[in-house]
Amino acid sequence: MMDTELKRAILIDHYQKPHNHGLVEDARYAMKHQASSSCIDDIKVQLDIEGDIVKDVRFDGVGCTISTASTSIFSDLIKGKTREEALEMIERYYKLLRGEEDDYEELEEAQAFDTLYAQPNRIKCGLIGVEAMEELIKESYKK
Amino acid sequence: MFDVEKIRNDFPMIRNHPDIIYFDSAATAYKPQAVIDAVMDFYNYRTVNVHRGDYPLSFEASKLYEDTRTVMKKFINARSEKEIVFTYGATSGLNIVAYSYGHENLKEGDVVLTSYLEHASDILPWFKACEKTGAKIEYVPLTEDGHLTVENFEKAMHDGVKVVALTFVSNVLGYEVPVKEICRIAHSYGAVVAIDGAQAVPHAIVDVQDLDVDFLAFSSHKMCGPSGAGVLYGKYELLEKMDSLLFGGGANARFDKEGNIILKEAPYKFEAGTPNIEGTIGMKAAAEYLMDIGMENIVAYDRELQRYFSEKMQQLDNIDYYNPKADVGLVTFNVKGIFAQDAAAYLAANNIDVRSGNHCAKILWNTIGATETLRASLYLYNTKAEIDRFVEVLKDITLEKCVGVYL
Repeated sequence: MMDTELKRAILIDHYQKPHNHGLVEDARYAMKHQASSSCIDDIKVQLDIEGDIVKDVRFDGVGCTISTASTSIFSDLIKGKTREEALEMIERYYKLLRGEEDDYEELEEAQAFDTLYAQPNRIKCGLIGVEAMEELIKESYKK
Repeated sequence: MFDVEKIRNDFPMIRNHPDIIYFDSAATAYKPQAVIDAVMDFYNYRTVNVHRGDYPLSFEASKLYEDTRTVMKKFINARSEKEIVFTYGATSGLNIVAYSYGHENLKEGDVVLTSYLEHASDILPWFKACEKTGAKIEYVPLTEDGHLTVENFEKAMHDGVKVVALTFVSNVLGYEVPVKEICRIAHSYGAVVAIDGAQAVPHAIVDVQDLDVDFLAFSSHKMCGPSGAGVLYGKYELLEKMDSLLFGGGANARFDKEGNIILKEAPYKFEAGTPNIEGTIGMKAAAEYLMDIGMENIVAYDRELQRYFSEKMQQLDNIDYYNPKADVGLVTFNVKGIFAQDAAAYLAANNIDVRSGNHCAKILWNTIGATETLRASLYLYNTKAEIDRFVEVLKDITLEKCVGVYL
């Protein structure tokens, strides 16, 4: 388990100063608008996938600390990874949110969500941006 | 004499959760024992269908069900029981008006006049009616702080307006809309006025004859009754001419294999299918409960709580408070630098239940400058002591504490 104070600092830092924040106007980026899964969080995610590599991630929108921080943390995590590595990481994160015992070291700052499974009404906040990333990667295989 | 401690004793939810401060009555209200007893009485002694009448129990159940029409007639001062249509709540009532009146009577170029205050259930059915008929939506401009004034309404009104669809009390700001004057003006143009009374009926004295409103829809569950029940009031001469929205048993008098249908008279033609009998009977108990206490006493207490709450909130400097002059006990705000849902989670961790979000009023944000807010809404069982505790918790709220809820 990650230290509580460290978790608090990570969440606040990513909420107040989200990384990879702000969308770009660039045809290389595919975009997903997560608007219908919740009536509050409204997040747009952009992915630039070149070859097999997730070259860049951008996002914007309004959300709570959990949705903003989880999207921000994952935008860092999957950047520069191969699609397969990114998808594996996302699968691992889903496992963490289900509260399953495992070693989550490689999720780095996303370990801050290691007790979110205890708040079932907030798990979807932790999923909103990450699910968009997953869908964008999966869609990229179809192209 | 209004005795809040005595009232609190009537509500098992308060007895069973003595530590929780429930400030979400605009979403749904707690139910007094009298309502629970009425529903249980139906389940324990009278669980049979209505309007069959071949045996004594069915007669009893039907009588209770129809007696509810008389009580609801009295509650909103309708002319006759025939003007009381039982529905599944305000949403279904408003949909009946938009479909059965709107789709039939609107035509291309006609205007439905509404406002940015509206809840989804009062505006989406009209969007659909316009989509179908070619009519269009226009909005009465609100004042800077979100009020809908007679003056602005009068300016927005014109000959093309056929339907005026407005809420009576905003579910986000708690401002009362001047429905009586609006009806007078709208009627002088020949327009019909359909009012969403979901927030008003539990918190105001609503007299449909005095208001001269054409339609008024409201829910049982926001006035201490069961959910899934409600009333659509309509002037009989309008109901008479309308087709139904749902067709089925109980609503028709006869039909044949060629597809000819003779519907029953209003209000029965609108009540196809076995209704929510226990919910409707429970709504009767709720209306009787509120009338026993006296709506004038409930309104006076509600306003007293509002003024007290408003004064306390205005002393806090860590919040943006949007409706210090609300007409009902409803406080809408944000904590500076904290997302509404995170602040709500912190309040919940302190046993204070409020609602966060856009409250289904998704076109209001331009007016108040915030997409999400926190809403603390009160009812007759809330106390000043609860407001004090709420304000104490709010005073010390920080982002660090809010995030701590998730750790």
